[in-house]
Amino acid sequence: MTAHVPPRSTAETTLVRQFEALKAHADPPRRAAFERFAAQGLPTRRVESWHYTDLRAALADAAPLAPSPARATIEAARALLAGHEKSGAARLVSVNGKFAPDLSDALPAGAAIASRERRDSGAEDAMASLVEAMAPDSLTVDIVAGAELAGPIEIVHLAVGEGAYALYSWIEIALGAGASATIFETFLGAGSGVQRQAATRLRLGRSAKLKHAASIGDAPELHLESQLVELEAEAELNAFGLVSGGALTRRQIFAKLGGEGAKIALSGLTLLDGTRRADTTLQVVHAAPRGVSREFYRAIVADDAAGVFQGKVVVAPGAQKTDGAMKSQAVLLSPQAQMNAKPELEIFADDVVCGHGATVASIDPEQIFYLQARGIPKEEAEAMLLEAFGAEAINRVEDEALAEGLRARLAVWLAGRSRTAAKEARA
Amino acid sequence: MLEIKNLHVSVHGKAILDGLSLKVNPGEVAAIMGPNGSGKSTLSYVIAGKPGYEVTAGEVLLDGENLLELQADERARKGIFLAFQYPIEIPGVATMTFLKASLNAQRRGRGEADLTTPEFMRRVREASQRLKVDQEMLRRPLNVGFSGGEKKRIEILQMTLLEPRYGVLDETDSGLDIDALRIVSEGVNALRNANRGFLVITHYQRLLDHIKPDVVHVMAKGRIVASGGPELALELEKNGYRDYPAQAA
Repeated sequence: MTAHVPPRSTAETTLVRQFEALKAHADPPRRAAFERFAAQGLPTRRVESWHYTDLRAALADAAPLAPSPARATIEAARALLAGHEKSGAARLVSVNGKFAPDLSDALPAGAAIASRERRDSGAEDAMASLVEAMAPDSLTVDIVAGAELAGPIEIVHLAVGEGAYALYSWIEIALGAGASATIFETFLGAGSGVQRQAATRLRLGRSAKLKHAASIGDAPELHLESQLVELEAEAELNAFGLVSGGALTRRQIFAKLGGEGAKIALSGLTLLDGTRRADTTLQVVHAAPRGVSREFYRAIVADDAAGVFQGKVVVAPGAQKTDGAMKSQAVLLSPQAQMNAKPELEIFADDVVCGHGATVASIDPEQIFYLQARGIPKEEAEAMLLEAFGAEAINRVEDEALAEGLRARLAVWLAGRSRTAAKEARA
Repeated sequence: MLEIKNLHVSVHGKAILDGLSLKVNPGEVAAIMGPNGSGKSTLSYVIAGKPGYEVTAGEVLLDGENLLELQADERARKGIFLAFQYPIEIPGVATMTFLKASLNAQRRGRGEADLTTPEFMRRVREASQRLKVDQEMLRRPLNVGFSGGEKKRIEILQMTLLEPRYGVLDETDSGLDIDALRIVSEGVNALRNANRGFLVITHYQRLLDHIKPDVVHVMAKGRIVASGGPELALELEKNGYRDYPAQAA
C-alpha cells in the first residue's frame, strides 16, 4: 500500500506510547520492527488483505500492556493449567507472552530452548511486525538436524489477569535438516477484555517435517495470530487451526515454499456463533519448482456471526511443476450468518496445476429429514451432520491423538450450541 | 392399525392427494400401484412427515393417534419406517455410527436403555449377513458412493434393526437387478409377522411376485380408485394403467 497515511488513531497513538515506554525500545531489531508497523499503521479495509476485517475501526483503543507476570500471576496460571488436560509429551508455557520455565517441562531429546532474544524476522506484515516489536519474550524452540522427537510438544499461551489488557507473544520454531516434530499451540485463559496478538515463526530446513496445530477456544476481545512459514527444499508442513472462541479472531498465514519440492498442507475449522467474527487469511508463495500446496478450510457459522476466508496462492516465475489446490467450505446456520470467501491464484509460471473452490451452503434439509425419519431428533440430526462436516476438516490433521482432541473440542462446541438452542426454544 | 382418512395434500398450491382413504391392518401387506404422477411418493412422504407438504384436510392415524401432529422423528419412534426410493447420502457419518444413533434414539424414545455395543454388533452382524451387506460397507459414510442395490439393502437393513410397526416401501424395486430384488424382498418377507404391517408402493407388478400382498390398491388422481386382491396387480400388469388417468383433477 502506498502514499496516503491517515492521522494516527487513538489505538495507534497508544501503541506508540506503549512501545516508547518499553525498556527494549532502543534495541535495533525491535525498533526496526516497530517502525515497519508504524509506517503502515493498523490495517483498514482499504488494504486488500484486510478488506473484510477493518482492524483500525474495530480497535477503539489499545488496552494497557499486561504486566510482567508476578508470583501471584504464576500461581493463577498454575491453577488454570490444572484444569487443562495435558496433550503431548512435553509442555511449554508462556504467561502473558513471557516464557514461564517454572510451569514448563523439559524438552525431549533433540529439542532445546535456544537463545530467547533473537528475533529479526524482517516480516513485512504490519501486525506480525507489531508483535515482534512488543512481545516481552521470544520463545525459541530449536529441533536439531536429523532429530525425530519422541512425542508432541504443546505450547500453551496463557492469558492471566483481570479486566482489559493486551498481550503479545512471539514464538520461533526451527527444524534443522531432516528433523521431524509435532507441535501443538493452545491459547487459553483470555476473557472478554483481552487483546491478544501472537506470531509464530516456523522454519523448516531441508527435508524437515513438522505437524502443527493451533487451537483458540477462549474468549478474548481480539485474537490476532500470524504464522510466518519458511520451507526449504523437500520440507513438509502439515498445519491446522481450530477457532472456536474470540469476539474478533484473525489467523493469517504467510508461507513461502523457498526450496524445490517443498510440501505444505494447511487446514482449519472455524466455529462461529453469537456476533463473533473470524478471519482466516492465507498467502502461500511457491518460490521454487515442484512445490505442492493444499489448503482445506471449513467453517460453521451460526446466529449473527460472520466468517472470512481469503486464500492467495502465488506461483513465482520459475516455480514450474507447482501443484496447488485450495478449498473453502462453509455452512450457515441462520439467515443472518455470513461467510465471505475469496480464493485467489496469481500464477507467473506456465507449467503448473492449480485450482480452487469455495462453497457456502446451509444444512441440507433432505439429509435432516432422512435422519429424522430414522427417529433421530432434529437437533441431534443437525449436530451429527455438523460434527461430520467439521470432522472432515480435522481429518486433515495427521497426528491421530491430536485429531482426537480437536474432535472432542468440536463436540463440546456443538453440545453448547444445542443447549443454547434448546433454551431459546423453551423461552 | 394404520388408517388414512380423506387425505388432501398440496405442494405449492397444487393438489396432489385428493381425498385418499386407506387402511392397513397389523400383519397385512397392502400394495399401492399407480401410474407416475399419481401421488404415490407424496403419500409416503406425508406419512413419514417430510416438511414441505401442505395437508389441507384429513388424518393419518396410527392406532387412533393422528401422526400429522408429530415431527418425522416422533413418527419414526412410534414405529413408522419409510424405505426411501432414493436414500440420501450422508458424507462423514459412518453407516455403523448412524445405525447406532438411530437405534438408540428409538430405544430412548420408548424409555429403553441404549443397547450395549456387543449386543448392537451382534444384531448388525445377523441382519447384514441375511441381506448380504459387507461389514466393510458399514464403515463407509452412509450411502456415499453406494450402488443403487447397496442403498436399498441398507434401507432394509435399517428396517430390520429398527423393527417398525409399519414399513412404508417407496418404489423399493427401482434400480434393482433381479438378484438384488430377491435379496431385498427376502429381507422384507423375513420381517412379516402378525403385528407388523407394510405399505408397498410400486409402479410394477414384479416386486409383488416377491413380496406377496394381501390387498392391492390402485391409486390415480391422488386417491384410491380400485381395491382388490393380488389378482388386481396381475390385471394391471396385463392392461397397464390406461384405465386410470394420471393427474389429480
